Amino acid sequence: MGVSRRQFFKSVAGTIAYAAVASAVPARLFASWNQPAFTSETLAAAIAAKYGNMPIEESSAIQIKSPEIAENGAYVPVSIATTIAGASNISVFSEANFSPLVASFNIMPRMLPDVSLRLRMAKTANIVVLVQAGGKLYRTVREVKVTIGGCGG
Amino acid sequence: MKIKAIAKDNVVSVKILIQHVMETGRRKDETGKIVPGHYITEVSAQHKGETVFQAELGPGVSKDPYIAFQFTGGAVGETISISWIDSKGGTEKTDSIISAM
Repeated sequence: MGVSRRQFFKSVAGTIAYAAVASAVPARLFASWNQPAFTSETLAAAIAAKYGNMPIEESSAIQIKSPEIAENGAYVPVSIATTIAGASNISVFSEANFSPLVASFNIMPRMLPDVSLRLRMAKTANIVVLVQAGGKLYRTVREVKVTIGGCGG
Repeated sequence: MKIKAIAKDNVVSVKILIQHVMETGRRKDETGKIVPGHYITEVSAQHKGETVFQAELGPGVSKDPYIAFQFTGGAVGETISISWIDSKGGTEKTDSIISAM
């Protein structure tokens, strides 16, 4: 059976609304997605794709708040804050995920270095947080035990 | 997209909840076929013409992403705009008025 008249107009209307929303968002806001870093399959490769080979130093000035045990790896709540002066970027990695880089935040001039999100964890693993300040990276690691993996498949 | 922006002592706390499938591109459906990847890649926030938040996301972010951040220099009654784009070019922009505690 073909598409009914009503269905046709409904779908056309939907497409127009979608296009209107799309054109309202300035393209300059979205130009920086780092595909190599987000598709790297190891932590080391993801860090190299994101930051090159900047020196990394362990730091106690990064706080990672997350549950010790996550029943469901599909939704692991994580909060990250740092007191490192001049922090310009915060990246969150889940070490055992197929693509370890989860999210990367640019610390804008008026933004506080304090972010929260929910991430997927394939299995029990380290959450690795890197903070960039100047030409240097600072790292803090926190393990989360995962009861049921959240990456599906 | 749901946005809650609350100002206290010059600091605005923003909580965002976006409805999105966040398909990783690795999940299989009931028939064993890989479901194509479809996830948000960037989120940004504008306040008074200035970008106050900018994030890149990957498929490791949970379905229906929740994101919280804070910025300074905002007050009750002002507008914050949140925008996102996904890996298929889908996009959404929503304005929200900053409220009091």
